[in-house]
Amino acid sequence: MKLNLRIWRQKDAAAEGAIETFELDGVSPDMSFLEMLDILNEKLVGEGTDPVAFDHDCREGVCGSCGAVVNGQVHGPDTETTLCQLHMRRFRDGDTVQIEPWRSRAFPVIRDLVVDRTAFDRIQQAGGYVSVDTGSAPDANILPVPKPDAERAFDYAECIGCGGCVAACPNGAAMLFTAAKVAHLATLPQGKVERDARVLAMVTQMDEEGFGACTNHYECTAACPKGVPIDAIATMNREYLRATFLSKEGV
Amino acid sequence: MSTQNPILDSKCPTGDIETRWDRHRFDMKQVNPANKRKFHIIIVGTGLAGGSAAATLAELGYKVTSLCIQDSPRRAHSIAAQGGINAAKNYPNDGDSIYRLFYDTVKGGDFRARESNVYRLAQVSNNIIDQATAQGVPFAREYGGHLDNRSFGGAQVSRTFYARGATGQQLLLGAYAAMSRQIQLGKIDMRPRREMLDVVKVDGVARGVICRNMVTGEYERYAGDAVLLCTGGYGNVFYLSTNAKASNVTASWRAHKRGAYFANPCYTQIHPTCIPVSGDHQSKLTLMSESLRNDGRVWVPKKAGDSRAINDIPEEERDYYLERRYPAFGNLVPRDVASRASKERCDAGFGVGPGGKSVYLDFAEAIQRDGEDTVRAKYGNLFHMYEKITDENPYERPMRIYPAVHYTMGGLWVDYNLESTVPGLFVLGEANFSDHGANRLGASALMQGLSDGYFVIPYTVCGHLAGRNLQPVSTSDEAFAEAEASVRERTDALLAVNGSRTVDSFHRELGLTMWDHCGMARNKDGLQQAIDKIGSLREEFWNDVRVLGSNEEFNQSLEKAGRVADFLEFAETFAMDALDRSESCGGHFREESQTEEGEALRDDDNYCYAAAWEYQGPDGKAALHKEDLNFEYVKLAQRSYK
Repeated sequence: MKLNLRIWRQKDAAAEGAIETFELDGVSPDMSFLEMLDILNEKLVGEGTDPVAFDHDCREGVCGSCGAVVNGQVHGPDTETTLCQLHMRRFRDGDTVQIEPWRSRAFPVIRDLVVDRTAFDRIQQAGGYVSVDTGSAPDANILPVPKPDAERAFDYAECIGCGGCVAACPNGAAMLFTAAKVAHLATLPQGKVERDARVLAMVTQMDEEGFGACTNHYECTAACPKGVPIDAIATMNREYLRATFLSKEGV
Repeated sequence: MSTQNPILDSKCPTGDIETRWDRHRFDMKQVNPANKRKFHIIIVGTGLAGGSAAATLAELGYKVTSLCIQDSPRRAHSIAAQGGINAAKNYPNDGDSIYRLFYDTVKGGDFRARESNVYRLAQVSNNIIDQATAQGVPFAREYGGHLDNRSFGGAQVSRTFYARGATGQQLLLGAYAAMSRQIQLGKIDMRPRREMLDVVKVDGVARGVICRNMVTGEYERYAGDAVLLCTGGYGNVFYLSTNAKASNVTASWRAHKRGAYFANPCYTQIHPTCIPVSGDHQSKLTLMSESLRNDGRVWVPKKAGDSRAINDIPEEERDYYLERRYPAFGNLVPRDVASRASKERCDAGFGVGPGGKSVYLDFAEAIQRDGEDTVRAKYGNLFHMYEKITDENPYERPMRIYPAVHYTMGGLWVDYNLESTVPGLFVLGEANFSDHGANRLGASALMQGLSDGYFVIPYTVCGHLAGRNLQPVSTSDEAFAEAEASVRERTDALLAVNGSRTVDSFHRELGLTMWDHCGMARNKDGLQQAIDKIGSLREEFWNDVRVLGSNEEFNQSLEKAGRVADFLEFAETFAMDALDRSESCGGHFREESQTEEGEALRDDDNYCYAAAWEYQGPDGKAALHKEDLNFEYVKLAQRSYK
């Protein structure tokens, strides 16, 4: 098939960006979206034009590197699908496809479709862990965890940190990302010891990074390639309230 | 190639194998807590090995600088491991033990691994499960709340712990969380989007690295007291593999050029259950977890070239060839055995799908027996991924699978302390060669990466730090200037070629040559041809590659060009190693050396050694050093899974 591609080009963080248009022929329905960009880039290099920069790595939907807004939709039209797992059979000959980077104050553009998501790492560093030094752990079976809790914790822990939730949110909020980690650890007994300090620190960091607030649009969970459930946010809010009232460490 | 070289000393302890690691730890020099903070350790890579090492060393008080190629340490390719992690907990009460895990791993590796290392790996396996659980890794559980296990290839016990089909992701996020805590505490200086391009040696000891900042193009110097390479495997030398796109050999290869020997480069794992290639545009291959072979049955039609629809092929006309050939292990034979059996059927004309290049992996029986919901609960995310890629519903029709390059057992040679032939340069995880011999068993990669990082290096690095009287070094040392200049020169040369072919076109061509001649079956003539082709392709690359842009910008073409240039050098050493080892063992199958039934036939009289290659200049010049392998506990025998 033949596509009209409209792609955001931006040389670096300081440069002005703009949409550029490319025609691409010979797209096979079996290609992944990123393989379509690969053949575009092969063509561009042949013509002496700088290829389109985009982050990608595992190409099997789990590293969280890739992502773009395709025709206004985060990671494209399929539900629970990263950009690398989107296939061109979802498009038709002659389609126009607009491809843009994540848009968020907290995710500055590095080049073209590549953005800086280190804000997510800093939120995690603020408290997204259990403080257990290597070697100090007791036998793994000493603390039984109800199977439904373990399954629920996994649903939250499956977040790949792609940033799609932020890009999908009209407020640019990072609530689903932050809540996924808070809820994962709050659901397990191992995470309970530090639950108050964790939620307070992570929410504070989230706010400092310049992400917006949640006003219940649920766009985040709709866009999430791993289907992280929206109730994570309710859990985080509950944890936050609890910590605010109970924490000895204060807000 | 010359073979008259000193035999390498693995520094393995001797005596009773059960106490070797304890005695070694006791005998090693220690660094006291106050002195630990004076030492600075540079860690390249943040996968399971690098991430766990960084967190643990920082917890102990060392200053750590951590570098990774991705935009975040959470994205290293360990994240894509699906099926599970082995440990000898024996929770299912089915006869497992440290000794059995050790035995299975040595046998699974076709007697080409070091007994001492493998025993230690089995010993610490249980600590890994404890540690990960304490971090909040959501392993699968039984209804009583205790941890669940499943089976993997090459074992007759259930010892694999798992978190649905995302065990690697969950373990990596555990290590990443532990790292995050140390970053917050200021103990780890984390530098993402950095590519290591050289190792810096001062007075013969590894004291730093040169990196390229992938956003600005600046070259950066890092100086320290030890360097840990945790940079993964080199499966992408085949272009198509299950590795992430950024996985590469560059860090290992540049270290090799600085004196680190490369061991057993030809040992490649070709995984039996991957989604087949769909066309020339293919950029990577996707693995379907080995855990699927717990319930999926592999078959092809009994009649060659049978083009009937699946449902029209009656049960008695299906050949469940793994169950037929290997009744004791059935569909759970080790990966090398399963892959070769698929290739044999397809080569003989029994394959299915386009070009007859795949076999069926069928869940009909499991779905009938346990119900679709049970199968969905176990494998839902894998089935989902399969359907995304192929547009076929595996609940309704069997998956089609074919082997693909997945893991590399070879890597930089290390001794029992995980130290390479360059003093102060340690190599962990898939990047080293030590524990899997000629074939890795399923669910053992996660175990080895975390073993090296959490439980081995924290002890063994002390021997180097406390024993070598290291003098302070700074990045203004002339060794850093020399290394930086050589890296700059190479980048400038790549940009200056300004030829007509893209980097990817060279990489694809190299991959095809490797797959044809160094893939699942190898022979003398083919390997010789490969060596010739690689040499001429490398020459063409340096005359005709086109890399646009400049160094001083975010330039993904330039990054790729540097990696492919290194693959083009490394590939020759790979092929040379495969040519030198004229026996078959594990994943290395030389057609000249097979049993009457077509199984790999080892030649223990002549090849019971690890081959460690010393770099001696470009154009594939290398000297072979041998480390003899001794089997005191697991008796050398022809592997049998019948």
